[in-house]
Amino acid sequence: MFFRMIRGALTRQRGKMLMIALTIALGASLATAMLNVMLDVGDKVNQELKTYGANITVVPKAASVLNNLYEVEGGETTEGAYLREDELGNIKTIFWAFNIVDFSPFIDTEVSLPGGGTATMVGTWFNHYLSLPTGETLYTGVQNLRTWWDIEEGQWLDEVADGADTCMVGAALAKANGIHAGDVIRVNGRYADANLRVVGVYDSGDDADEQIYAPMEIVQELSNTDGYLTSIEVSAITTPDNELAIKAAKDPKSLSVSQYETWYCTAYVSSICYQIQEVITDSVASPVRKVADSEGAILEKTELLMVLITILALVGSGLGISNLVTASVMERSNEIGLLKAIGAPDRSITAVVLTEIVLTGIAGAVVGYFVGFGFAQIIGHSVFGSSIEMKAMVIPLVGVLVVVVTLLGSIPAVRTLLRLDPTVVLHGR
Amino acid sequence: MSLLELKNVSKIYGDLHALDNVSLKVDTGEWVAIMGPSGSGKSTMMNIIGCMDKPSKGEVLLDGVDISKESAKSLTRIRRDKIGLIFQQFHLVNYLTAVENVMVSQYYHSMPDEKEAMQALERVGLADRAKHLPSQLSGGEQQRVCIARALINYPELLLADEPTGNLDEANENIVLDIFSQLHKEGTTLVVVTHDPEVAEVAQRTITLGHGKIMKDMINENFGR
Ligand SMILES: Nc1ncnc2c1ncn2[C@@H]1O[C@H](COP(=O)(O)OP(=O)(O)OP(=O)(O)O)[C@@H](O)[C@H]1O
Ligand SMILES: [Mg+2]
Repeated sequence: MFFRMIRGALTRQRGKMLMIALTIALGASLATAMLNVMLDVGDKVNQELKTYGANITVVPKAASVLNNLYEVEGGETTEGAYLREDELGNIKTIFWAFNIVDFSPFIDTEVSLPGGGTATMVGTWFNHYLSLPTGETLYTGVQNLRTWWDIEEGQWLDEVADGADTCMVGAALAKANGIHAGDVIRVNGRYADANLRVVGVYDSGDDADEQIYAPMEIVQELSNTDGYLTSIEVSAITTPDNELAIKAAKDPKSLSVSQYETWYCTAYVSSICYQIQEVITDSVASPVRKVADSEGAILEKTELLMVLITILALVGSGLGISNLVTASVMERSNEIGLLKAIGAPDRSITAVVLTEIVLTGIAGAVVGYFVGFGFAQIIGHSVFGSSIEMKAMVIPLVGVLVVVVTLLGSIPAVRTLLRLDPTVVLHGR
Repeated sequence: MSLLELKNVSKIYGDLHALDNVSLKVDTGEWVAIMGPSGSGKSTMMNIIGCMDKPSKGEVLLDGVDISKESAKSLTRIRRDKIGLIFQQFHLVNYLTAVENVMVSQYYHSMPDEKEAMQALERVGLADRAKHLPSQLSGGEQQRVCIARALINYPELLLADEPTGNLDEANENIVLDIFSQLHKEGTTLVVVTHDPEVAEVAQRTITLGHGKIMKDMINENFGR
């Protein structure tokens, strides 16, 4: 009988129940999307980080001390404190050489432009061909380390095809000086001048937009620093840090012999840095925390936002449900009054109404789950460029949330129901 | 012995005495009609007797139990176990068929039993309409479903508030025939009505006015 009544009510109030199901589906879909993305996003960001530029920078000891002292990030290096270019290849000879995916040297200098302004000019590798003592050959350079650069005009500089007297110009600088791809610009360095053909204009979204990137040797020539570097950026595949790695990062000498062995032979970022320092004279190699930290902060904020959206979505559907259910109870006041009059206990009428709503809610939640999973994929593809995994724990989580929200949303309706006086409805007053 | 006894019962709304110091006894098996102009307190009295409302003052004894002192919960139980209710508007659950509507009453009382519910519909002459929804039944037929529902649990007291108020003459006669049948079987009936013809067939007629009993008379023509 109970089920006949529920079935009857569900089919008769199809429209209203559909609205309730829709409201719940909406809330559930948002909750599903947000929870799925949230649970998957940590992994996604880590993947993202791997493809996101360098994770180790190597600078001269003197520069490092100065930078740390004044807490200048990427500030000017001290005159005379350079790394040696001839040691560059050593990087690919360390124990973890195969974990080093890319690396590129940098040298920078100030140049003045014909328009009268000055700019920082960075010498580096673009797609540098390396033939290592180990027999390994590879192309490395900023083309791999600056994957986020957007080439607005022209194309990436090709060291072999384009030759030495070329450069790429940052979008902001190009705009300010009316420089376009294909132009030849004259730059005046401290020690020499050069006419450089602009191969491409890039938009980097950072300081590099104000700079000029050119092949190593031309910048060394302009600044008379042949054979020297100001920094090296290294992209390495690393193992996430654990306690041992943190301890070692502070001071490798504090480790026991076997701990040291373990650490040295694990691809922790700290042990890779340590090994790089061993092969580059007077250098300090340190992990790039900036990218990871800011990504981490963004991740936290994104998660907070998603939690807020989830809560708001659920509160919204809770309010929607409470309106709809109350309306449905009012509409059925005759029926409820009648049931009371013929001796139905309050709890049994409440049970009928709540069962209807929860059943409707579950139907809505199932639909919402799949729609939400779709949302999650859209978010995954548009934000992370990959699909979001289906996390099993989202199902019970959304289920519990939906039931709780539905029941909470039904409280006002249940109160109306309990307060309903059969004499009032039955005599048509 | 008396099944129902009202002792100095008043129902007061603000300064309006809907029932004003009413005392009344109804014996088991009696068929009583209650008449009176609109607003005289008939429905108020029915609600109190039917355990849906409590008097402001006085005692109401049903089967020896003072229902004016009972909790809402036990009033629900008494209503379910001892009273059958019929209203002027034929209140049916509109998404349940005729037989299911009868079974709802069984469900809250004890156990739904479709066979017994069908027998009740047969008694009111609706066996062939059992599977119809209320919207597919005429007013008279709907009221007969209500009567079948009120009877299904063998109530000691059948209360009807204007049961024929919305019916035509033919249907009114069918309902009255059922009442007289029930009376013969020993059911106590209290029927509120405006209609002198409905009052005439009862054993006893009580007339209310301004919340007081104005007249209480035995119908000499009863049974003829
Ligand atoms: N809940 C209430 N609050 C205030 N006044 C009420 C309430 N219920 C009934 N009354 C008043 O009590 C009086 C008696 O009402 P009751 O419904 O008993 O009349 P009645 O005899 O059934 O009339 P009718 O023949 O029109 O149905 C009326 O004046 C009515 O306005
Ligand atoms: Mg009335």
